[in-house]
Amino acid sequence: MSGGCGRNPPPFPDNEDQEAELDTRVLDSDEDDDDEGEDIFTGARSKPITPTSAPDEGDIFSEEGSYIRSDVHHATNGLHSDEELDLFTEATVELTLTNTTSQGRREIIGPTASACNTTHVPNSILKPSIVTKTMEELEEEESGDQFELNIAVTNPEKIGDGMNAYMSYKVSTQTTLPMFLNKTFSVRRRFSDFLGLYEKISAKHSLLGCIIPPPPQKSVVGMTKVKVGKEDSSSAEFVEKRRAALERYLQRVVAHPSLLQDPDVREFLERDELPRAVNTQALSGPGLLKMINRASDAVNKMTIKMNESDNWFESKLQEVENEEQLLRRLHAAVDSLVNHRKELCLNTAVLRKSVAMLGSVEENSALSRALSQLAEVEDKMEQLHQQQAFSDFFILAELLADYVRLLGAVRCCFEQRMKVWQRLQEAQSTLQKKREAEAKLLWANKPEKLQQAKDDINEWESKVSQYERDFERVTCTVRKEVLRFEKEKARDFKQHIVKYLESLLHTQHRLVKCWEAFLPEAKAIA
Amino acid sequence: MTSISEDSDKEKMRSVSVDLNNDASLVIDIPDALCERDKVKFTVHTKTTLSSFQKPEFSVPRQHEDFIWLHDTIVETEEYAGFIIPPAPPKPDFEGPREKMHKLGEGESSMTKEEYAKMKQELEAEYLAVFKKTVQVHEVFLQRLSSHPMFRKDRNFQIFLEYDQDLSVRRKNAKEMFGGFFKNMVKSADEVLISGVKEVDEFFEQEKNFLLDYSIKIKDATAKAEKMTRSHKIADDYNHISGALNNTAADNNTAFKKHLEKCAEVFEKLRKVEDRMASDQELKLTELLRYYTRDIQAAKDLLYRRARALADYENSNKALDKARLKGKDVAQAEENQKQCLQKFDKLSESGKKELTSFKARRVVAFRKNLIEMTELEIKHAKNSVSLLQGSIEILKSN
Repeated sequence: MSGGCGRNPPPFPDNEDQEAELDTRVLDSDEDDDDEGEDIFTGARSKPITPTSAPDEGDIFSEEGSYIRSDVHHATNGLHSDEELDLFTEATVELTLTNTTSQGRREIIGPTASACNTTHVPNSILKPSIVTKTMEELEEEESGDQFELNIAVTNPEKIGDGMNAYMSYKVSTQTTLPMFLNKTFSVRRRFSDFLGLYEKISAKHSLLGCIIPPPPQKSVVGMTKVKVGKEDSSSAEFVEKRRAALERYLQRVVAHPSLLQDPDVREFLERDELPRAVNTQALSGPGLLKMINRASDAVNKMTIKMNESDNWFESKLQEVENEEQLLRRLHAAVDSLVNHRKELCLNTAVLRKSVAMLGSVEENSALSRALSQLAEVEDKMEQLHQQQAFSDFFILAELLADYVRLLGAVRCCFEQRMKVWQRLQEAQSTLQKKREAEAKLLWANKPEKLQQAKDDINEWESKVSQYERDFERVTCTVRKEVLRFEKEKARDFKQHIVKYLESLLHTQHRLVKCWEAFLPEAKAIA
Repeated sequence: MTSISEDSDKEKMRSVSVDLNNDASLVIDIPDALCERDKVKFTVHTKTTLSSFQKPEFSVPRQHEDFIWLHDTIVETEEYAGFIIPPAPPKPDFEGPREKMHKLGEGESSMTKEEYAKMKQELEAEYLAVFKKTVQVHEVFLQRLSSHPMFRKDRNFQIFLEYDQDLSVRRKNAKEMFGGFFKNMVKSADEVLISGVKEVDEFFEQEKNFLLDYSIKIKDATAKAEKMTRSHKIADDYNHISGALNNTAADNNTAFKKHLEKCAEVFEKLRKVEDRMASDQELKLTELLRYYTRDIQAAKDLLYRRARALADYENSNKALDKARLKGKDVAQAEENQKQCLQKFDKLSESGKKELTSFKARRVVAFRKNLIEMTELEIKHAKNSVSLLQGSIEILKSN
């Protein structure tokens, strides 16, 4: 399985867990098929190419002209929500799924030593010819080859002026997957393109019960400031937030094996010019239609009372809803931390100036020097606070925000299943009515209409069986997706927590150094 | 009602000024204090070998206002005009923790029991810290008096230490209050006087310039330091985060739960360290600046008194000339002039001594505090480092 590949992620103890779970799932399915499948794959697997750092590759993924990146980068992971205000209102987005292969997820956040934001998304190689996948095949894909796909979103550039201006981002891909035309390529995309991609994916995959990663939030306020051309730190921060969010979004999308196969995704990454996605504008026709749909969905959700045969779904949904609430609270606490640290940072800066002034007036020369040094220390501390606040935000806060929205997407996934069930119910009741009608006709002895009734019954019988199959499939998919999601979530959180603690560690280290440098100065006072 | 008996942090606390109480003939401390609502009752304990006292060892209860009374009487004593009078201790200020307590009460419903208990604990610690600080500041005031060759002999000081009844002059009566206000007004006018008076003595000229400038800067630095240490409440956030993490973990039962719990643990431990970091900075730096702002003011007061004496002397000169012209009351005027000169000379002489020793004292205090603060901060940061390293190890190996 994963061990066979040359290009392995840094060994994670999770690996063992992964394998164990995969094994059990593999056992569930048809074993013969699996063995064959694996053999085929292991035989055909070529050694995945380690991305040697060809110069341009490095360039694509290195931090060109972006802001305070080194801390930020390790943190970003595909999903961002921009404005805190509308952070959670969009939770009822249509089905979203962040399922990735076991290795895939790990490597997205993998603490790669380089400052590059390369993330490796080894995807299982999927038999390209097969369009519909059976559950067994999907499972086996997880254990498949590792091919790589790195995505980076960089170089935000403002195009145009005034209210028609927009930010264009460079989306660079580096891959060894054969389905792409090149190994390395990049395109420029704007925010609405990302939203358009989401719409397309969502339309296709949500019905299958996939959890589809939600895109970053629209933000009128943030964008307006950028458009108007305010060159201040808040709009710079906004752009950086968004860039990181877009990157995490894409990474999550391609980490999902079925989504990666979607031609729209490929087109998004490869094609030079993308037609403007106009239905993403809030006040367009399609936009309004979407809003109406969403409203009706919400109403539906309230009225669907599903006869749940499987307790798993009911309790899982409850879990998801609870967790969403708890994560929200956690996010609020982290948010508060970020703000306080920023405040502390400002106050430290102010103090520094004051101490420096005091030092300059001090008549005792040694004390005067010590006070100036103290001002230096405060200066360094200010920087440390600033950086730490950054880490607080990008490593912790954004992670939590992402997951609140992802959990919302998971909920939608469940709702989708309910819709499918509802459709099945309706079909069944229609079938029932047709049968009754036929019985009535028989009794009333009207042979001419009988044929029609029989036809109707046939039609609806096949519909019912189709819908039954659909429901089975969706149920299966949702289950699988949720399990995958949970695994990913655990791994994601662990990695981010470790990363965050490392950032704290780094800060404290620097603090020690700061103070240690100051100590001799203090002792030199006489 | 909170009370402290043996102040374990005494050594740390008694660092703002240099070590007093070196002289065993008069040893004062405040071993105990009670806090009732707003009023703090200090127990002033004295041990002495001086015969001027009735007993070799005794304790009296005193309130903050008593200290103020003592300070004011010393200030108003003409004899001490040439000395830097130790600044009066500031009023005990529990406003900060009280406000927090109020907010905590309001926010009780929105947090878990553990969080609430923790915050309450923290709040109590804060309260205690304010309490200890105010005790220390009152103690130092008395100790400076006792270690000064002139002040320790002051009659009012003795009364303060010894008199076991209520000092009935606790509340300034209206006249005195008004007088105090007037005094302050005049003083600021005299600030101008100080800058305006022509100084013949190089030493005093320098001192004046230095003190005026320095007092502005140190006041500013104190304010900024206070603001910063007040905003260093990261520990609170860590507390909330830890609580929220635990809540989230409680609902789960997978690897996820383990990670969250571990993380919550880390935050909890960090909280304590962060708290100490903030409070030590407050104690060593902010408190130091606060104290010396007051002390600088006392030094300025000395200069002001001397400047007044100088002005008086110059006036007496003018009066003498006038008398000589008129031929009347010459002897009186001469006498007056002689006295003014004497007074001025005396003030200048003792003033010089006082200001010189003040410099030394200030430098020593700064040195001590800065060193202590630095060492403490290093210790705390190192604690954090090892704590974080350990946790990262555990998480990674999990």
